[in-house]
Amino acid sequence: MNPLCRITPRHTLPAVLLWLTCLLPLHANAQTTDSAPEETPSTAAAEAQQPTFEQLVQQLAGGSLRDRAATVNQLSSQSDERLADVFNALVAGDLLANKDKPPVIAIRDGERLTDALSGADLTGTQRLRRIPVNNSLRTQLRGQVAQLNLNHPNTDKRYAAVERFIRDGVDDETAALLRAHQQVEDSGRVQDAITTALAVYQLQSDDRAIRLAAIDELSGSLEQEARNALRGIAENDADAELRSAAAEAIESIQSRISFYRFVENLFFGLSLGSVLLLAAIGLAITFGVMGVINMAHGELIMIGAYTTWGVQVLFPDLIEWSLLIAVPAAFLITALVGIAIERGVIRFLYGRPLETLLATFGLSLVLQQAVRTLFSPLNRSVSSPEWISGTLSINPVLSITYTRLYILIFGLMVFFALMLVMKRTTLGLKVRAVSQNRAMARAVGVRSSWVDALTFGLGSGVAGVAGVALSQLTNVGPNLGQAYIIDSFMVVVFGGVGNLWGTLVSAMSLGLINNFLEPYAGAMLAKVLVLIMLILFIQKKPKGLFPQKGRAAAD
Amino acid sequence: MLTQRLLLSDRGGMLVLGLVVLMAIIVPICNLAVPGDSPLHVSNFTVGLLGKFLCFALLALSVDLIWGYAGILSLGHGAFFTLGGYGMGMYLMRQIGDRGVYGHPELMDFMVVLNWQELPWYWQGFDMFWFAMLMVLLVPGLLALAFGWLAFRSRVTGVYFAIITQALTYALMLAFFRNEMGFGGNNGLNDFKEILGFDLAAQATRVGLFIASAIALVLGYLACRYIVTSRAGRVIVSIRDAESRTRFCGYQVESYKLWLFVFSAMLAAVAGALYVPQVGIINPGEFAPLNSIEMVVWVATGGRGTLFGAIVGAFSVNYAKTFFTTYSPETWLFILGGLFVLVTLLLPKGIVGLFDRFRRKGEK
Repeated sequence: MNPLCRITPRHTLPAVLLWLTCLLPLHANAQTTDSAPEETPSTAAAEAQQPTFEQLVQQLAGGSLRDRAATVNQLSSQSDERLADVFNALVAGDLLANKDKPPVIAIRDGERLTDALSGADLTGTQRLRRIPVNNSLRTQLRGQVAQLNLNHPNTDKRYAAVERFIRDGVDDETAALLRAHQQVEDSGRVQDAITTALAVYQLQSDDRAIRLAAIDELSGSLEQEARNALRGIAENDADAELRSAAAEAIESIQSRISFYRFVENLFFGLSLGSVLLLAAIGLAITFGVMGVINMAHGELIMIGAYTTWGVQVLFPDLIEWSLLIAVPAAFLITALVGIAIERGVIRFLYGRPLETLLATFGLSLVLQQAVRTLFSPLNRSVSSPEWISGTLSINPVLSITYTRLYILIFGLMVFFALMLVMKRTTLGLKVRAVSQNRAMARAVGVRSSWVDALTFGLGSGVAGVAGVALSQLTNVGPNLGQAYIIDSFMVVVFGGVGNLWGTLVSAMSLGLINNFLEPYAGAMLAKVLVLIMLILFIQKKPKGLFPQKGRAAAD
Repeated sequence: MLTQRLLLSDRGGMLVLGLVVLMAIIVPICNLAVPGDSPLHVSNFTVGLLGKFLCFALLALSVDLIWGYAGILSLGHGAFFTLGGYGMGMYLMRQIGDRGVYGHPELMDFMVVLNWQELPWYWQGFDMFWFAMLMVLLVPGLLALAFGWLAFRSRVTGVYFAIITQALTYALMLAFFRNEMGFGGNNGLNDFKEILGFDLAAQATRVGLFIASAIALVLGYLACRYIVTSRAGRVIVSIRDAESRTRFCGYQVESYKLWLFVFSAMLAAVAGALYVPQVGIINPGEFAPLNSIEMVVWVATGGRGTLFGAIVGAFSVNYAKTFFTTYSPETWLFILGGLFVLVTLLLPKGIVGLFDRFRRKGEK
């Protein structure tokens, strides 16, 4: 055997993984570094004399109050992620310990008990006692905790710390702390929250000018607490001028909130639009460019979604990578299915669109039933990788789920990739040539039947890729495709057949219209209204928003 | 003269109609008069099944009229069928009176559940049979008129028309699934008691409905035949084959298409109205786009553009459906799907075309 053959797989795998890592979004990396606390103690232990975090925490359990104060001091120089929780619990009297050597240290959170060091749930009584603290230690700790949370490396934690300040009320001491921190804070979100906290603090001042300034400051804040504080003043304050100023501030906050609600709606609309775009874009190729009515398009999407499921079942350890593996896999599988459909059925029906419609509809039934028989008529559960779940909160009233954000980006990426293929590659050139004038294209040496098969494969492959994305949003079951087929056709027809840009615009606008109608009409009626609107629109402009012009349109 | 035009020149049609009439005479006799243990006895189940098939045949006829002769593929005929069914269903619901589960003298059970206080305006008058039947014809007819007028006027044809009719029935399905529409939402209308005073559970009523369906089919066939053999029918065929040319000759292509579409929709609605009392339920599931496409397959399988082919197709596909869904439900969708592909690829003229081919071979 050639020695190279033996080496290559071992070397390429890490290389591929490395390459895939680059593709992983940045915040996923951030999260992986965050969730590696076990590294810190081991490095600390390497520094010989210094007691580890674990030892110090265990020291808290015993000794006199003075010893405890010393331990707290030592602990506060540690930069362990668990420190904040330990201190918080200690202040609140929720840090418990038993008399073992070394003792078990537990944090009580309501009914729940967790081990302070391992984070594991503790069950059963272990004769845990509260670790006593006195007032002077408590004061010392409060400052420590506040500072600790404020200096947390994670922006969300810092933000939460400031939020807690606002909620619990700001006193002189914390105000000073916040002022000091504001100088070094680099996240705008946290900065804003600190400003709000300080303004809430200043509202309690005796100086009327300061209070007015604080109200002015708060009128730009979206925090719930800011609104509550202002409302309190607007309703109860003795000073009329302050009351009206607060009322005005609330009004300006409300208008900003409604603006953000609008932005949120806009985003949801675009996200719905991107789903429509993904579902329809393959159809824009097969129906729009080739003129083939493929009623089995929805089932190709379904196959793509099932591929995601298959990848997750085959590689259960690689859930984080499953989507990245599923995209090319789904593309290949559905493209092959598509080519098989084209070679097996559609090829014989060119120029007979109604027959194509019926035949492909039959195929869609067969594919559906095949999935039902092979897997199950029940929905399969597709899990989402960690990096795609969660929400991105931009400010207190506007937050966006990562899934929808990624699908929006992904939809646009697929769209532009397809655009490039159509405009910049030889295949795209040939596709356009064949679709515009088959006879002439053949005359200049384009193998039109080959191009047909490839184009259909391309459109089907894109449908499969869409299926991967949709598997993150909807149930993956045999009926997945049916839910999208009519919508997809509507998008393509609305946008103008044979026009990729039209498809983009129409998908997005349908998504937006649907989303803005929903609050008034309800989900079902909104959909009905959109359909009726579309039906009427097609009557008015049968060729869609952006009809093809010139000779290509003449048929 | 008229007999010559409608029947004698149409040997296949004569044969099929003859069979239908024969069935309408023999089946009731064998069901009611022949004792249950005799081999000639036709079971109640078979009567119900054949009655359903007769309604489907009428529906297929309406699809064939518009698709086979005018070349307009409507994937929304299920909507007209179901609307007709709902019209009849509303009449039957009003006949329940205070015998519903909640015993309300006027409101339907589902309205009581929704806590409605009075009958919605569109339910008024449905307690009268003549009014309900008028609505069965008028509502789908007007929908087809409005929809067709908009579509044909702006020259929406071929696949586009197919897709928007599919969207129409899909939209109606979504709308009727809503409880607020006042048509029973998900469950639709069911639990009917009597029609025109006859008990719906009685076998004699069922046989009566069976005969009514057969008569409707024969009359519907003759009406369709009358249309396609008329002068207008010739224009319609020429529209199918060369629309622009017909338009250039000075014919009002749009209005021919429109009136044919409206007539076809009403025919479908009548089929729906006859279907509902026989199966005892109507729900929004009937609007499903799949149903509408299935109708087209009946016609395609039987042979489009022959009228009697539609009847043959409706009977044979539905018989196959009943057979397979009882004996191996898993395979039915495979077979239906395969049928779509096979008929379009290999049998463009359907079963009727197959017979024609054999006959011509025989003549040679």
